[in-house]
Amino acid sequence: MIVGERKPITEIIEEVGDAETVLVLGCGTCVTVCLSGGEREARELASLLRLKGKYARDITVERQCEHEFVRPLSEEIEKVDAVISLACGVGTQLISETFPHRAVYPGLNTTFMGLPVEQGRWEEHCLGCGNCLVHHFAGCCPVTRCAKSLLNGPCGGSKDGKCEVKTDRSCAWQIIYDRLKLQNRITDLVRLYPPKDWSSSRYGGHRTMVREDMHR
Amino acid sequence: MSWLQEVLGKGIFAVTGEVGPPKGPNPDTVIKKCIQIKKHVDAVNFTDNQTAIVRMSSLAACLAAKTLGVEPVMQMVCRDRNRIALQSDFLGACSLGVENMLCLTGDHQSMGNHPQSKNVYDIDSLQLLDMFRNMRDLKLFANGEEVKGEIRAFLGAGESPYADPLEFRAIRLAKKVAAGAQFIQTQAIFDLEIFERWMEELRQMKLTGKVSILAGVIPVKSARALRYMRSEVPGLIIPDPLIERLERAEDQKAEGVRICVETIERLKEIAGVAGVHIMAIAWESIIPEIVERAGLYPRPRRETTG
Repeated sequence: MIVGERKPITEIIEEVGDAETVLVLGCGTCVTVCLSGGEREARELASLLRLKGKYARDITVERQCEHEFVRPLSEEIEKVDAVISLACGVGTQLISETFPHRAVYPGLNTTFMGLPVEQGRWEEHCLGCGNCLVHHFAGCCPVTRCAKSLLNGPCGGSKDGKCEVKTDRSCAWQIIYDRLKLQNRITDLVRLYPPKDWSSSRYGGHRTMVREDMHR
Repeated sequence: MSWLQEVLGKGIFAVTGEVGPPKGPNPDTVIKKCIQIKKHVDAVNFTDNQTAIVRMSSLAACLAAKTLGVEPVMQMVCRDRNRIALQSDFLGACSLGVENMLCLTGDHQSMGNHPQSKNVYDIDSLQLLDMFRNMRDLKLFANGEEVKGEIRAFLGAGESPYADPLEFRAIRLAKKVAAGAQFIQTQAIFDLEIFERWMEELRQMKLTGKVSILAGVIPVKSARALRYMRSEVPGLIIPDPLIERLERAEDQKAEGVRICVETIERLKEIAGVAGVHIMAIAWESIIPEIVERAGLYPRPRRETTG
């Protein structure tokens, strides 16, 4: 799921500036699950803003990333000076796009596509690079989970199974090695994997997917 | 053929040094260090923004070395350049007569002085080796287009026998050799037991006949420096007795040199070790003494023609 983290309250206050009436928009999907932008957090932020002297109220919609959930907000948005979206960047952008005359401020930093590995801890597992290779690496993505995106084995810095860049992070290559060993597939690692085709990612500009069968 | 390749080809136990380019445009320190060590080494590595700290480019330092008659080894890391820049810099180096190319992944930018930078890692060090070899041997760029003209290059790579998973290190080296590595400069050797086991693995995999292994050594000035390296430098194993020995020594600097010389003497005895790579970080002036005391002086001289 998409993981987000609320921006510091001081930064949010600064963002909205002189706006007197503020609508805090929660999102009921991913950011609800990661406890950063759902109904509860929207209510909490609205009351914090009230303490700072704003007229703030909150609404949470099912998904801020879909037109049908966003359009009905029109009346509420007309009433306020500023909107703070607690959705991921996709939701925030859809609000801006749907109500282009209204300034929309992000209340979250959208961090990554991640997995809740334990209570209160999320880890990025996918970059969305558009060319999945995890089957070669025992289901552990080195593009995302190795700090150097190495496709041909660990760098020289892995120690006690931890990454040299952040020692609280498992070395992706240790995971890959251990899992392939378990599967008796170490020989898979002897092969030289060619340079990755990045044309499906980090290429410049946004990516688009079109399903011809659904596209009108 | 590069001089380093010639020395190794003749089966002479090679000695290489390493110099970090300065944090500024003045090549004087490079020149000074090269002059200090030129008679005692067969080639000198010039690091490529090592530990991800911005310095003068390796290529510029290589060129300064060449003007002094010092054989350069250019380091190139994948951290900062995509495949377009890597190939371009390789051609540039070739055009300037820099023939030894050490292909490295590079320290992550978070280790250095620009941790805010965007990382590249478009390709890894093995893909880099393979790419340069194809440019040289097949005259092909990474996209399959033709390289115009001959490329002369002696390709090397780094390797640490100490990084996890240990059982994978020899396999990874084999991959580097398969990708085109002709020489290897290792991470600094302090733990000889693990190193010897690794060398045994390499011999069993018949790699020592295919690639020249230059074992890395670092002369250390104090127990404190060693302890710092143990905690801060990735891919090193430093045994406790070594630190204790330095601590007990009356003159830690002299003891550091003694340890370095002893290490080289032991490395000389290990089958398959083709030479040593001395990384005297900011202490290049000690290299001549180490080389002489380790019985590796004089160095072979290139026959001058005409």
